[in-house]
Amino acid sequence: MIQQERFRDLQWEADERGKFGRFGGRYVPETLIPALDELAEAYERYKHDPEFVAELERSCAEYVGRPTPLYYADRLTEHAGGAKIYLKREDLAHTGAHKINNALGQGLLAARMGKRRIIAETGAGQHGVATATVCAKLGLECVVYMGSEDIERQRLNVFRMKLLGAEVRPVTSGSRTLKDAINEAIRDWVTNVRTTFYLIGSVIGPHPYPTMVRDFQSVIGREARRQVLEREGRLPDVVVACVGGGSNAIGIFHPFVRDESVRLVGAEAGGRALRPGEHAASLVAGSVGVLHGASLYLLQDEDGQVLGTHSVSAGLDYPGVGPEHSYLKETGRAEYTAISDREALEAFDLLCRTEGIIPALESAHAVAQAVKTAREMSRDQVVLVNLSGRGDKDLGTIVGREEVQP
Amino acid sequence: MSRIGEAFERARLENRVALAPYVMAGYPEPGAEEELAPCLREAGADVIELGMPFSDPIADGPTIQHAATVSLANGTTLRKCLEAAAHIRERSDVPLVLMGYFNPVYHYGVERFCEDAAAAGVDGLILPDLPPDEAEEVRGAASARGMDLIFLIAPTSTDARIERAARVASGFLYCVSLTGVTGARESLAEGLREFLGRVRRHSSLPLAVGFGVSRPEHVRQVAELADGVVFASALLDLIDRTGRDERLRAVEEYVRSLGAAGARRNAEHVGGRAW
Repeated sequence: MIQQERFRDLQWEADERGKFGRFGGRYVPETLIPALDELAEAYERYKHDPEFVAELERSCAEYVGRPTPLYYADRLTEHAGGAKIYLKREDLAHTGAHKINNALGQGLLAARMGKRRIIAETGAGQHGVATATVCAKLGLECVVYMGSEDIERQRLNVFRMKLLGAEVRPVTSGSRTLKDAINEAIRDWVTNVRTTFYLIGSVIGPHPYPTMVRDFQSVIGREARRQVLEREGRLPDVVVACVGGGSNAIGIFHPFVRDESVRLVGAEAGGRALRPGEHAASLVAGSVGVLHGASLYLLQDEDGQVLGTHSVSAGLDYPGVGPEHSYLKETGRAEYTAISDREALEAFDLLCRTEGIIPALESAHAVAQAVKTAREMSRDQVVLVNLSGRGDKDLGTIVGREEVQP
Repeated sequence: MSRIGEAFERARLENRVALAPYVMAGYPEPGAEEELAPCLREAGADVIELGMPFSDPIADGPTIQHAATVSLANGTTLRKCLEAAAHIRERSDVPLVLMGYFNPVYHYGVERFCEDAAAAGVDGLILPDLPPDEAEEVRGAASARGMDLIFLIAPTSTDARIERAARVASGFLYCVSLTGVTGARESLAEGLREFLGRVRRHSSLPLAVGFGVSRPEHVRQVAELADGVVFASALLDLIDRTGRDERLRAVEEYVRSLGAAGARRNAEHVGGRAW
């Protein structure tokens, strides 16, 4: 079938320059290039090292709680009135989100490389918490950069990071959100590059980060693929995930990219409206640019300045998106949609009431998309959703809205 | 030899380090750079770097970040930077280098940008987030129009990377004095002599030292080790804290003090060789 072979010649791995098609690469100051070479070399070595692999797998099982369950959401399925909806329960992983998979992998790598000082950026705080957790477990120093605006809206996670022994450094430059926290983390890394490991939280940044983070997150899709096959005796028809930087989405998409019958759908943050500054849907409404070391889809103005973003969920509030997603979009292998704040909040309520699961607002974007998609499909078809995190961290936001809109 | 190369050669013959001050277009107010450029030239600048603001300047410390924020709020665009360069060029033959980040240039269009920059009389480009590995397209477009693409070399650069950059570079090599972002420092980094010695072994291009250089004593030290000195943050700080009426006088005095420190006492400076 011609349709089945459309994607046969696509490039599933970055080339030697770290590019997926025209996306990715290393657009960083020269000072960092040798450190990226060192990192790429160490990662290549350890990812095939039996001891490293065994320690990662053991920690995933005993510390993170993997494999996370696959859950058939029967009442949500009934509500949508179409395809069966399965949830991959990353919300049940230690620290409450998929971020721990990557933090653990990079933390173990840093320790092996002899780097005792870890820096990270965080938006919603989930990656910061995951990094602080792993640093506590491995006895590493941890500094987390966080926009002062995000510190305001994610106080609980700031407290968690401090409890775990991390230093949280407020970032007051630019828009005071995730992108500025990344800028500041990069500046720290440029300054302390010889002693410091930069533990990036998403599939962004210069090569090898997008590949390495994807590999550590792909455990989600490998498990889910096996679990769906066990339950249904077939592959899912559609896989849905929310996309900010794109790590949970790549994690569940990647093990399915060669399965041409499986549609991959990413839900971006549509915010209040698809107008500049009011959303974070880089793939839906952005154009190709360069940010934080990689070429990728980017929200930018007519002069190439990076635009501010808005989303009800801090974890999706980022103006770029990983280079591999940019490539999957450009080649048509994956499709991307925008889910508005309102739709995400409705899906948040819906999942709470139909399934007794409080999702992260990020993951609620995926749930909203899954319901829309499932509704258009037949009852014998299967939709797999990455429920990337739990919603406890968002209760402040939700309570705030309830007060405004009783 | 390019206009930039000639400027370094002239400084060498006059037995002094070449001065390359940096000002940000549109900072502190629109058009300020056009008043500052002749003043800098008068005070002894051999090359002027004109900064183009970017929303996310990852290689810059607080001073240049602040300048970029102010400049963008003043409505500075790439188009306006090119116009400013053209206006400076109309009144002076000073070598002009545009310095900024890659995304705005990419968005403008690499070919079109190089075309317009060359037409404005720009002599070179510095894009700190565009290492040689990613620079082929820009280098081709710039050199086709007689402009130099100037690469940064860092203390962490391996010999292999220095050699690679030296092979494709033109104009001068911008040697980053320290591992870090831009910004004035108390003293120059240790190991600068060793680092510059390593770069010398791989290139006969002029070497300019930047990042952290702010005081006459820094310039005095660099003069014995390299061919040029770039200073930005200390100059912007001075501009920031000086009233508009006093600005040109203060800037001229400051640049002259650095120039005086950059005169070499010995005819043969340590790193010197003819190029």
